[in-house]
Amino acid sequence: MSFFLVAQNDVGVSSRRVFLHSSGLLLSASAVALLAGCDTLAGMQKGAKSESSDVAVLNSALGAEYEGIAAYQVGAESGLLEQPILKVALQFQGHHKQHADVLAKTITKLGGAAISPKDKYTFPTDKLKTQADVLRFAAQLEKGAVSAYLGAVPTFNNRDLAKAAASILGDEAMHWAVLRNALGEDPVPVAFMS
Amino acid sequence: MRKKSCFLLAALLALPMALLAAGDPKRGEEIYSRCAACHSLDYNRTGPRHCGLFGRKAGSTPAFQYSVAMRRSKIVWEEKTLDTFLTDPMKTVPGTAMGYAGIPDKQERTDLIAYLKMANGSKELCP
Repeated sequence: MSFFLVAQNDVGVSSRRVFLHSSGLLLSASAVALLAGCDTLAGMQKGAKSESSDVAVLNSALGAEYEGIAAYQVGAESGLLEQPILKVALQFQGHHKQHADVLAKTITKLGGAAISPKDKYTFPTDKLKTQADVLRFAAQLEKGAVSAYLGAVPTFNNRDLAKAAASILGDEAMHWAVLRNALGEDPVPVAFMS
Repeated sequence: MRKKSCFLLAALLALPMALLAAGDPKRGEEIYSRCAACHSLDYNRTGPRHCGLFGRKAGSTPAFQYSVAMRRSKIVWEEKTLDTFLTDPMKTVPGTAMGYAGIPDKQERTDLIAYLKMANGSKELCP
């Protein structure tokens, strides 16, 4: 059982302790901050129009995270990934599971209904013949995820959510860089993401 | 003479706009990679497929579950409606499931739409 203590936030709440039980899954500080921020919001503005918009954006992100988890599963089960690449892929999948977990909890805390993973995902498995194909496909998804979070951050009405989404964005960008590096490509080809 | 000069000046000023309006599918393909977390050309993902996009009524892709807002939007996808939607999706269709701020740059939108048009006309990309 893991418990975390969250320090004061920046919206004037004098002090607040949020204890989270994550079933052995360690949540990052920003993920905890995300949930902490939403505790405040949920109590103050439940049902507000702005909150409904935030829930829609979070659900978009959640859908993409679920698909990312499924994609890494396909990669892991393809038999094409060798160690230590397989280990890295599973680590990244674990990150996406943590993102999804936090997003779903946050949506619930905001009074929304978190979407569920699809029963079935379609992936271009016929085009995945080598380890490099799998890595390139994963890199493409990770780059898309960076752009998706970049496009989501400015839409949040709650700055805590924007901050948390930016935290996830950073993680996805690291995934993209590592995957590119594994492909022998420039890991950080640009100074700015879009 | 003065009228002729003004006409010439107007024509010259309009030239960059014409170039801007052209749309570069190659640049558009790069911009489309931003959509890769949710969209694909040939199959539904978190977002709907883009093959068959032009002339399609919004919210009508088979086997894709849209938001109520998108289903009721009465949009038919073509260059102009795509340009408006991509500028600010959440403002254009409030309640859309596409939680994305949009593409504020006109040229980028034009290039992206040019790519989507090219892809939709390609038997390889959209069989």
